[in-house]
Amino acid sequence: MRDIEKEPVAAEDAAAEKTTPMTMIQALRSAMDVMMERDSNVVVYGQDVGYFGGVFRVTDGLQAKYGKHRAFDAPISEGGIVGTAVGMAAYGLRPVVEIQFADYFYPATDQIVSEAARLRYRSAGDFTSPLTIRMPCGGGIYGGQTHSQSPEAFFTHVCGLRTVMPSNPYDAKGLLIASIENDDPVIFLEPKRLYNGPFDGHHDRPVVSWSKHDLGKVPEGYYTVPLDKAAIFRPGADLTVLTYGTMVWVSEAAANETGIDAEIIDLRTLWPLDLDTIVESVKKTGRCVVVHEATKTSGFGAELAALVQEHCFYHLEAPIERVAGWDTPYPHAQEWAYFPGPDRVGAAFKRAMEA
Amino acid sequence: MSQSQPLSLHVPEPTGRPGCKTDFSYLGVNPAGIVPRPPVDVRYQDTADIASSLIRVLDDNDDAVGPWAPELDKETLLHGLRTMMKTRIFDARMVIGQRQKKMSFYMTSLGEEAIGTAHALALKDGDMCFPTYRQQSLLMARQYPMVEMICQLLSNERDPLKGRQLPVMYSSKKDGFFTISGNLATQIPQAVGWAMASAIKGDTKIASGWIGDGATAESDFHTGLTFAHVYRAPVILNVVNNQWAISSFQAIAGGESVTFAARGVGAGIASLRVDGNDFLAVYAASCWAAERARNNLGPTLIEWVTYRAGPHSTSDDPSRYRPADEWTYFPLGDPIGRLRRHLVKKGWWSDAEQEALQAELEAEVLAAQKEAEQYGTLIDGRVPSAASMFEDVYKEMPEHLRRQRQELGV
Repeated sequence: MRDIEKEPVAAEDAAAEKTTPMTMIQALRSAMDVMMERDSNVVVYGQDVGYFGGVFRVTDGLQAKYGKHRAFDAPISEGGIVGTAVGMAAYGLRPVVEIQFADYFYPATDQIVSEAARLRYRSAGDFTSPLTIRMPCGGGIYGGQTHSQSPEAFFTHVCGLRTVMPSNPYDAKGLLIASIENDDPVIFLEPKRLYNGPFDGHHDRPVVSWSKHDLGKVPEGYYTVPLDKAAIFRPGADLTVLTYGTMVWVSEAAANETGIDAEIIDLRTLWPLDLDTIVESVKKTGRCVVVHEATKTSGFGAELAALVQEHCFYHLEAPIERVAGWDTPYPHAQEWAYFPGPDRVGAAFKRAMEA
Repeated sequence: MSQSQPLSLHVPEPTGRPGCKTDFSYLGVNPAGIVPRPPVDVRYQDTADIASSLIRVLDDNDDAVGPWAPELDKETLLHGLRTMMKTRIFDARMVIGQRQKKMSFYMTSLGEEAIGTAHALALKDGDMCFPTYRQQSLLMARQYPMVEMICQLLSNERDPLKGRQLPVMYSSKKDGFFTISGNLATQIPQAVGWAMASAIKGDTKIASGWIGDGATAESDFHTGLTFAHVYRAPVILNVVNNQWAISSFQAIAGGESVTFAARGVGAGIASLRVDGNDFLAVYAASCWAAERARNNLGPTLIEWVTYRAGPHSTSDDPSRYRPADEWTYFPLGDPIGRLRRHLVKKGWWSDAEQEALQAELEAEVLAAQKEAEQYGTLIDGRVPSAASMFEDVYKEMPEHLRRQRQELGV
């Protein structure tokens, strides 16, 4: 288990050191609150984001505190939300826009891929696009095919984007602040099943609250979690797990249930990737399991597996295992047959150990 | 109920094809001076008639007539003529450069020079244009150095964009010229967003977004209209209707029996339809729209009716799909000729001065080309380094790009 007490916090004032129990929703809101307070160029908008505060309540209270000019509702047009944000960023603002569900980003693809990601490159630095695009992702909430997807691999494939996915409130706030401050466009994916508590894949058990968890103790003020550093979520000696988001918690459950001493690496930022932490761990354990909720084929796990074999091939004792969502649309009634829960992850751990 | 007939699909056709003369009556050209000039705080509904008419100032006798006729001094008009001529001469030289393989590609703005030239006069320093690839006259009007333009076209060692962009995809923030994208229509919501940012910050700057008739079919155009209307963004949205999107006639983009300006009215935006080959009308309409934006009255959509006299690009041969001499019959004429005749009629210009200016500008363009070619062309290999290809993907170069650069051995 990660010990955040030992992690360096880029604290600037006493408020950063005073912690409060927060859900991931509250932590994300606090990140935007801190940044809107510090930088008048930070504006927040998206569908239902203003007066109502967002369908997941992440932006609740920001309009009341900072006014309609800086936190407002947008028309139902993801292309328009991102397109206007690119223009605002080119002007000099730091927009933080919300796509209500990651499943809805597709209409904004041209503005993300051809515009935001390439403004700096195509203009040789004349124009830049320092915007953050937040989007809740992942399943486990009976959301069906249009409220459950994990589209991270679409973004990691695009040069010029940073793709981030936190697994807990502490990281969520620090990573979101770092994303808003970053001068590159950042895709910030929020595993919605983790909004209110850690989730280990045992959907039939009572929901656990973040208030009972160390990673739910969040500094009130400004701090950052670096965008280029993975976290060793659980140190271990038997095998290395490369994962992120909800699957960090599922992998931990699988380790506990199988008794296999897995070293779980929470990537936190998917791209650009902290390859050094990965390579060091795999060279130590000699075994590697890649776990994500997104569909398997051409998923980000394929890139991870390729990198591990490229950099650690002669240290590997077993084939690299991949556990992922099936290559089907995210189903509704069959959600738990689709979701890669602790049993499937644990089985992969065993295969990696027995090979 | 009437008896059902077999259905048939309507596919619009242009009124002229190779071998037959075009019927331009579809343009609905009305005489100069008859369209009223409403106050800048007009209700959008009250622009519906204007959006289906054609604002024109220069009449068939080369006089400036009607309520839109602007008060412009001799110096400004001559500056306009000079900029339009320089743009045309520049375009012609660069086409030759492309034929000589000094650059990979070029796009002229032949016949459309008045639009960017006169529009730029209505803007101020700090305002931002979000152009398409055919608004080089905006840069010319803002006195952007021709040598830098040509270095970009040649993708040479002094290319300000480091060889990353197709020729004509210029970028100059200091001249209010947003980096051009080959993806059509994306710049419309961006222009609206830039304008929203100016309003959020309580600034005084306005934005001007550009699009062609063909690309108005993209969702980004309609999205941009919605956002501009919703937030009353201080933006001018310019639709340059030059009749052709490569080989597709403007009716394929939705211009049959309805104007592009009318789409603005439908979105709740005050809209004008203007003779884009009439320098004075372009200036007057642009000033009207800019004044609306600067007074927090919101966006204006302007359809500029013009004609793409040249090919879409150096890769295109328009005689395959339209009459080769179609421009000769285009009822709105040539913008340079019209302004020149107006100046002559006012006694401010002569044929001798015209000839002298032509020669002077040709020499100026040639000198700029010669200077730019000193820094390399696409064929002599003096292009930006391969190592620079890995820069500016991110602000700081990440490790994986360092490794790939190393792998390339540069």
